[in-house]
Amino acid sequence: MTDLFSFLPAPLDLIAACLVVGVVVVSFIAVMASVFVWLERKVSGRIQDRLGPTRLGLFGLPQMVADAIKLLTKEDTAPAVADRFLFKLAPYLAFCASFVAFVSLPFGNGIVGYNLNVAAFFILAVLSSEVFGVVLAGYASGSKWSLFGGIREAAQVVSYEVPRSMCVLIPVIVAGTLNLNTIGRQQTGFFWEWHLFHDPFTFVAFFIFFIVATASCKRAPFDLAEAESELVAGFHTEYSGLRWSIFFMAEYASMFAVSGAAAILFLGGWHTGLLPFEPSERLRWAGHVLDVIVFIAKGWALVFVMMWMRWSLPRLRIDQVMMTCLKYFLPISCVLLVGVCLWELFVPRVVGDAWRYLSAFGCMAFVLGVIVRLLVSPLPGPRGELPGAWAGVATPLMKAK
Amino acid sequence: MTLDVILFAIIASATGLSALSVVFSRNVVRSAVWLLFTLVGVSLLYFLLGAEFVGATQLIVYVGGTMVLVVFGVMLTAQQQFLRIRIRPEEWAMGGVLAACLFALLVTISLRIGEGKAAPPTEPMPGAGQLGVGFLTTYLLPFEIISVHLLVVLIGAAYLARAKRRPKEAGND
Repeated sequence: MTDLFSFLPAPLDLIAACLVVGVVVVSFIAVMASVFVWLERKVSGRIQDRLGPTRLGLFGLPQMVADAIKLLTKEDTAPAVADRFLFKLAPYLAFCASFVAFVSLPFGNGIVGYNLNVAAFFILAVLSSEVFGVVLAGYASGSKWSLFGGIREAAQVVSYEVPRSMCVLIPVIVAGTLNLNTIGRQQTGFFWEWHLFHDPFTFVAFFIFFIVATASCKRAPFDLAEAESELVAGFHTEYSGLRWSIFFMAEYASMFAVSGAAAILFLGGWHTGLLPFEPSERLRWAGHVLDVIVFIAKGWALVFVMMWMRWSLPRLRIDQVMMTCLKYFLPISCVLLVGVCLWELFVPRVVGDAWRYLSAFGCMAFVLGVIVRLLVSPLPGPRGELPGAWAGVATPLMKAK
Repeated sequence: MTLDVILFAIIASATGLSALSVVFSRNVVRSAVWLLFTLVGVSLLYFLLGAEFVGATQLIVYVGGTMVLVVFGVMLTAQQQFLRIRIRPEEWAMGGVLAACLFALLVTISLRIGEGKAAPPTEPMPGAGQLGVGFLTTYLLPFEIISVHLLVVLIGAAYLARAKRRPKEAGND
């Protein structure tokens, strides 16, 4: 990054680079969060057979601006019994943690704020400190419900951190480095080069990592910290306006950060999986643009899956949440860790390649099969037409008629 | 004055100030928060020195640790809202003398470190790989002893924390 500012004298180029990275990351997070809020409303609407925001403009898109204006102009209140200093500090702590994770998250080959050698470890460390803001918010609000939410979140995150770190270790063992940029570079080429298809253990580890990461972002079905049905709104009961929205910016930012980390560790990072070379080296700047677009698309696709899970699954009870982690995810991730070590040491190359092609093409066939079946098979309602809010949307079958 | 020196001055003074606030704060949870800032400051110093792995370890270990402290603080304040600690003068005197002795010792030692040494090496610091190899070859015995020790502590904590069923209640069931 400092290369771009090499025309400036020694300390100034670093300062300029830092400023540019900071401004870019903050504005990326802010814009992304408002788009995600719109998308969340739209997705939840569609899943519940509603339409979501429609009043403003095309697909209700300007609703993002309206939401932002509403949040900015709302009165900023604090309870009289609150610990003022901690109450004001908590949202910024939560946001800082998510923000710092983006500094070492590569968006493309070399497109990274700071190319840290231990980036995978650093992102884990930083994201787990987001919970500090939540716990403090719960404590400082001076309200029972907030306190309950905060303490639950502390218990949940402290236990989910362990399987999450183990699942990150599994692709790291395959890659032999903690540098996320290098891990991304290793998966250059077609989609069977991705770490997801490297062996059966990384394949399972991806799904475990994704579930555990969802839990550590306090997303449903693990959103015990803000269980509306029991705790009013959990840790952010007493927050309003801008401070509340900073919590949500932090939440959406860390959702994207863990999705991006999952994409780099397992899903080939910024590679399309359809080109046999590194785009940024052959196509110059166009390759870099392609990298960033592909990476953001992968991250957004995973965030979309998180939303899909949120609106499809019921919330777990707190004892079920702890049990899922300690009795299932923890032993499974330990077994996967040992398994991947043994696979790396003893399995011959032929078997590894066979598994690679088999699993990669199997997955592609499965995904294509699901898509075809969704578009072709008879659904409730007239043949070839989608029910509910989707009624009237053209499907390929209708076009064929 | 290079950028490194300026950054060191900023981070070190922030760390020192928050360390002082840990001591002078009367509220348990607030001191835990200041402790968090102190530890984050120390990890920033590691990053500034180029020891990325140690810095990240500092973050992941101590942030979790201070969070547990906060939870304990909250549990201690369960009796009343925002418990305040009262400190007696003799406690001040005792702690002050101990802290002054420790500080004097550290200052004398740290002033002696820089004497007669060559300039720091310019090659990049060893990363996590060499650390791991070191743990599993040269330093295997201490590493294993510490891991067994931690395991014992874990089992002990789990035993103590487990809900004990009293014989009376067991009879009533």
